[in-house]
Amino acid sequence: MSTPLLKTEGLGIQFGGLKAVDEFNFEINKNQLFGLIGPNGAGKTTVFNLLTGVYQPTSGRILFEGQPIKKANTIKITKAGIARTFQNIRLFKEMSVIDNVKVGLHYSHPYTVFDALFHTPKYKKAEAAMQEEALSLLRVFHLEEFAESKAKNLPYGKQRKLEIARALATAPKLLLLDEPAAGMNPAETAELMETIKIVREKFSVAILLIEHDMKLVMGICEKIAVLNFGTVLAFGTPEEIRNNPDVVAAYLGNEEEG
Amino acid sequence: MKKLLKSELFKAFILSIVIFAVLMIGTATSFINSYWQGVLILCGINIILAVSLNLAAGYLGQLTLGHAGFMSVGAYTSALISIYLNLPFIVSLLIGAVAAGIIGLVIGIPVLRLKGDYLCIITLAFNEIIRVIMNNLEITNGAKGLIGIPMNTNLVYVFIAMIITIFVVYSIVKSRHGRAIISIREDETASELSGIDVGYYKVFAFAVSAIFAGLAGGLYAHYYTVILPKGFDFNKSVEILVMVVLGGMGNLKGSIIAAIVLTVIPELLISFSQYRMLLYAIVLIAAMILKGTGKGEQIMERLSFFKKKDEVKPE
Repeated sequence: MSTPLLKTEGLGIQFGGLKAVDEFNFEINKNQLFGLIGPNGAGKTTVFNLLTGVYQPTSGRILFEGQPIKKANTIKITKAGIARTFQNIRLFKEMSVIDNVKVGLHYSHPYTVFDALFHTPKYKKAEAAMQEEALSLLRVFHLEEFAESKAKNLPYGKQRKLEIARALATAPKLLLLDEPAAGMNPAETAELMETIKIVREKFSVAILLIEHDMKLVMGICEKIAVLNFGTVLAFGTPEEIRNNPDVVAAYLGNEEEG
Repeated sequence: MKKLLKSELFKAFILSIVIFAVLMIGTATSFINSYWQGVLILCGINIILAVSLNLAAGYLGQLTLGHAGFMSVGAYTSALISIYLNLPFIVSLLIGAVAAGIIGLVIGIPVLRLKGDYLCIITLAFNEIIRVIMNNLEITNGAKGLIGIPMNTNLVYVFIAMIITIFVVYSIVKSRHGRAIISIREDETASELSGIDVGYYKVFAFAVSAIFAGLAGGLYAHYYTVILPKGFDFNKSVEILVMVVLGGMGNLKGSIIAAIVLTVIPELLISFSQYRMLLYAIVLIAAMILKGTGKGEQIMERLSFFKKKDEVKPE
């Protein structure tokens, strides 16, 4: 546990005059389940976009496995081992379920266009390996029976799972989940909690979770950071967060009466 | 999946041999007269154009309107080589295709940063630039057209070129490269975050598409023996795009069938003389309307030789 898996130092981004994220400091250790919570517009998804290179930070830096990520580039970041899902599901809708996962396996099983044209042994071997790996990933999420149907035909909860499966296909060390329980009913959320736990054990991956569902966050996360107006308001275990008066005032207080 | 791929390829292989045999017997026994041979050659060329455009427009999802431009690069390059350098036909065809591919690469790298309408307009502009260049160069004989191209194209060449095109595009689409290309169409950001080099694959698909457009152009030039710059204008690009759209974006079988149908219909309507284009337009509109309802797909399904697997439909 010497070097944290991911560490940010004074990370910030400014859109015009608006500091969407400012002085964001935190660290995640290997295999940790980390929750990122905060009111709407607090900058949670912006943090994700900074971590995955969708946005370039205007200040601070990101260290992944002790190495600073310079000049963020999404592909390099993916290859380094950060994968993510999206708040509004972004599957390859017209592709089959298994092909969605295979896109995630794309760079780990390379072969050239000529291999593909002449159906060389390398091509066959890579395709067979991809098929097998994709199927075993789908099996973890109980999606193997839908392997050949189009992703858009899956029910909502299963689409969420497929997105996680696709992200895991890139063999990440850190998985970022952006509101995985959004739009799910309590039963589906409970199932998702189980899935997240299984994912962490099976793939020994650290998970950073953005979530509005307090039950889910408090239930499974080991550490939680609370974000408000782009800055970290509080940082600690679920117990500490629950008892932090600032957090209750900023966020939980409004939630509780519902 | 692997077995299925194999069997699908195998079926296609058998089918193409049967079609080839029928064509050869047909021409040898003059059951297919020279007029219909010409129609068949045009069918083959249009299939190459539609299938190759489908890679860029259908699978990659980048709507381009410059396919005739690449076709003309291939046509003029191979024609000039045949006329002045006297190289074998196949060599000039290949050089034409490569030239179109290089132009595709050069155009693709800056242009593919644009999306949607902007890409459409800029590729359209490229098409016009090529046409204007061909119209004004000394060596291409300007608007009078390049004449004296040896008539080397025959049904065999066209058929083989067509099979190669379909095979290459099919193989790419069914490989990891194809999945990368399709994922870009579906969601560029998600694709990039899955580790796909979006820029590379865009240019790759665009260049491959251009190569085969150039090949089709070479075949076209060596069949008609005369090529005019206005034969490769905006209308030609639209004509090819219509085939792709009618056959279905990202549907190879559809492109093939649509290319045949849209080549043969104008020939069948020839007896209506001046009403021909009117009827053609009506057929086109009807086809587009039918396509949306799923009736068209049913007809296509019945026409197509490989049955689509039933999809597992979750509730």
